[in-house]
Amino acid sequence: MTKQEKYKLAKWAMEYALNNGAQEASVSISNSWSSSIEVREEKIDKLEQANQSNLSIRLFVDKKYSSHSTNRLNQKELERFISEAIEGTKFLSEDEFRTLPDPSLYFKGKGDDLKTMDDSIENIEPQKKIDLAFAVEKEALGKDERIISVSASYYDGMDGTVMVTSNGFEGDTANSYFGIYASVSVKGGDARPSAGWSESALFFDKLKTKEIGTTALKRAIKKLGQEKVESGNMPMLLENRSVGRLLGPIITALNGSAIQQKNSFLIDKLDEKIASDKLTITDDPFIISGYGSRLFDEEGIASKKRPVVENGVLKTYFIDTYYGKKLEMEPTSGSTSNLVFKPGSKDLKELIKSIDKGIFVTGFNGGNCNGSTGDFSFGVEGFLIEKGEFVKPVSEMNITGNMKELWMNLSGVGSDVHKNSSWLTPSLLFNNVSFSGV
Amino acid sequence: MYINRRLFLKTSGTAVAGSVLLPPFMQSCQGNQISLDVKGYLDHFEVSTEMLQKVIGAAMSKGGNYADLFFEHKTTNSLALQDGKVNRASSNIDFGVGIRVLKGDQTGFAYSETITPNAMLNAAKLAASIANSNSSYSTAPFTEKIPADFYKINKKWEDISVKDKVPFVQKINDKVFALDEKVIKVNAFLSDETSIVLFYNSEGKLSYDYRPMVRFGVVCIMEKDGQIENAYAARSFRKGFEFLNEGIVDLLAQEAVDKTNILFKATKPKAGEMPVVMGAGGSGILLHEAIGHTFEADFNRKGTSIFSDKMGKKVAESFVNVIDDGTLPNNRGSINIDDEGNESQKTYLVKDGILNSYIHDRISANFYQVDPTGNGRRESFRHVPLPRMRATYMENGSASKDDIIQNVDYGVYVDNFSNGEVKIGAGDFTFFVKSGYLIEKGKLTQPIKDINIIGNGPQALADISMAASDFKIDNGTWTCGKSGQACPVTCGLPTVLVKKLTVGGTNA
Repeated sequence: MTKQEKYKLAKWAMEYALNNGAQEASVSISNSWSSSIEVREEKIDKLEQANQSNLSIRLFVDKKYSSHSTNRLNQKELERFISEAIEGTKFLSEDEFRTLPDPSLYFKGKGDDLKTMDDSIENIEPQKKIDLAFAVEKEALGKDERIISVSASYYDGMDGTVMVTSNGFEGDTANSYFGIYASVSVKGGDARPSAGWSESALFFDKLKTKEIGTTALKRAIKKLGQEKVESGNMPMLLENRSVGRLLGPIITALNGSAIQQKNSFLIDKLDEKIASDKLTITDDPFIISGYGSRLFDEEGIASKKRPVVENGVLKTYFIDTYYGKKLEMEPTSGSTSNLVFKPGSKDLKELIKSIDKGIFVTGFNGGNCNGSTGDFSFGVEGFLIEKGEFVKPVSEMNITGNMKELWMNLSGVGSDVHKNSSWLTPSLLFNNVSFSGV
Repeated sequence: MYINRRLFLKTSGTAVAGSVLLPPFMQSCQGNQISLDVKGYLDHFEVSTEMLQKVIGAAMSKGGNYADLFFEHKTTNSLALQDGKVNRASSNIDFGVGIRVLKGDQTGFAYSETITPNAMLNAAKLAASIANSNSSYSTAPFTEKIPADFYKINKKWEDISVKDKVPFVQKINDKVFALDEKVIKVNAFLSDETSIVLFYNSEGKLSYDYRPMVRFGVVCIMEKDGQIENAYAARSFRKGFEFLNEGIVDLLAQEAVDKTNILFKATKPKAGEMPVVMGAGGSGILLHEAIGHTFEADFNRKGTSIFSDKMGKKVAESFVNVIDDGTLPNNRGSINIDDEGNESQKTYLVKDGILNSYIHDRISANFYQVDPTGNGRRESFRHVPLPRMRATYMENGSASKDDIIQNVDYGVYVDNFSNGEVKIGAGDFTFFVKSGYLIEKGKLTQPIKDINIIGNGPQALADISMAASDFKIDNGTWTCGKSGQACPVTCGLPTVLVKKLTVGGTNA
């Protein structure tokens, strides 16, 4: 579907809803295309291609609310789909807080380009993608006698969405992505540890295509001989790519829904200290070619750059129109765009050198966080550090504590910001983390 | 690889975060009624047997040695309650056909959301390109496979109005509030799903399935002296509307309240290695993570599982029998046929302590030259089948729960879980304990909460040293994730003693 065809169908669906019992409506139509190639043992293991379309509609009927989606886009079926949706909605309870956003908050600009779509995606030869995957496999295959399996993948895709609302919003987005992934398994004793490594980009010519297989192999080999070490409280250095696991509970706790439903350990903490001075995070929707860059959010609300945490002080909750009304707060946005950490001055090597005895955590294994109290416990793997040097690989250990204490104990922020994500995170050093092992 | 008791469905499209589910308004695309014969299924998808053969012909045209078509029409309806009212609904329709071509163990895959001859032939040609030679395929004669019926239902969800479902969601809210004055918030949901499946492959096998599913649950949030805690209770079955009654409302409300109350008294245990008594039921998560995923034959075929060399070897005490079962009546993990058209079955993974069978899809069964086990499953027509679990459980032992607890001088008893995960090659697995108890000198004492437990699969399996005779299946909303695909599963266990696992906690 072209953008114009999507707009036409979206407006038709919205009008149809308004003419058949809905007082307000919002319609999105998206289509996406993706391909992937996985290679193993110098053969193509899996070739996949996908092309999908979807219509989703939010309905406001007699002060009642529902949302629906379908991939059946012919008008005859949509008429029935929308009519049934409206009839069903009438059996719900009224919800006075359900409305479309205040139109004055909508994005109204034209012509801005955050460069999230690579139009060259349609011209990349399939053979070129296959060759890239094989080249990455080759970096590792046969390079060490302990290897038992190497696989490599190339993937890419694009999606385009248009949205219209009955109180005046019209907007569209387009995104592309490209990625390469390698996974290597090695054997030593009974254990067969594996490690993966990935690179990605929004533009094909920005995609890093080298040292992916070699990095996965190196990381797998380093895991040989993993064992748990003695339980104790010690510093934890967390690798940049893994920070999301511990940041996630904070972001969840800042969501309007969690706040209003009393399922957050950060209720009533605006302008209070929730972390050490070292932590500064900005939500920046306007990074050129950023993974989370956007001019407007899921509701059409115009994006703004916002401080989330400044020197440890909480500055923003993530609040959409609905929970804003319930909480009597101004809506910000119900979701994050790009979360940008203010980097520190030390690189990873310097952070490692600074540790007398601690653990460098490079990956997680299960675990969870209690959203209302912040109590967490996660399985971890990584390396024991003594006197600034790696001593041995560790695994089968847990870290346990409370999110509020953990982030107050943040004592170091690396300069090594990981950029292949909408959360731009450096490596982080936390003091006094409870590890359980032997 | 992970499992969790996901409470809410994925929201679709650009739906606003937090918006949850609702009603079955959506009945079908073409408005056809399903009749219980193959013609009804063919008509539903508006395909003819000739068309199926033609598409398979195109899929095999470049020299593939196997191809299959998986048609699916899935309708999901959900209702949610927040702040005392059933005030949001959602629904989703997903419709299409997945076309897969195999050349040895190589896979070509494409799908189409439009079931027209041209769209299907185009997808078939894309999938066919995994192979690169001349076709020697000649159309196979049809063999219709009438599947078993492990999920008989009385009232189809398609026939039930939103109006009939709303009262149950409202009642569970009111019940939770009535049970305890500390309750400050309740979230409740009801979600039903109906999936209609038609399958055809290059061997001529034609089969079909009608898959109902319901999930019903409640989150209870309480406050006491400034401390806020929450817990939830939920059930999921392949059942129809007859599943809903006063009994299930009362049961879930009480369970959610009880599970929340215990948290106010709970603390964290001392960190380290200790004996762990796994309570009957949801403790089956131990099997799912510690051994289930590592028995999946795709990992073993590639040599990447820690159990790759262990077939036929002793891996547990001789009283240990572990089963993966797709045939339990109305169970969330049951399937009449798998998503490769194979019959479902009850499969012994560990028999009398010996590793008896891996969990197979078509590719791995072929690799190991064994019969399929009916474990080739996929999230939807958009995905390729993989070896996946169904209901994974362990049979009864001969001890009693009390014997087992009395056997422990210092350790933990755990019976309420939220999620787990495993590293296939290293064998390290985890599960997250929402609540349980300390065991001190053979007695349950202090409640504990929010701790991760971690162990090594082969070691933990060998360390199951006692099992009681109180086996039960946990019918929670267990959802298993692998390679980005979600599948409904369940798990079960009698009370067992695992000699040693690493328990998260505090260091003195």
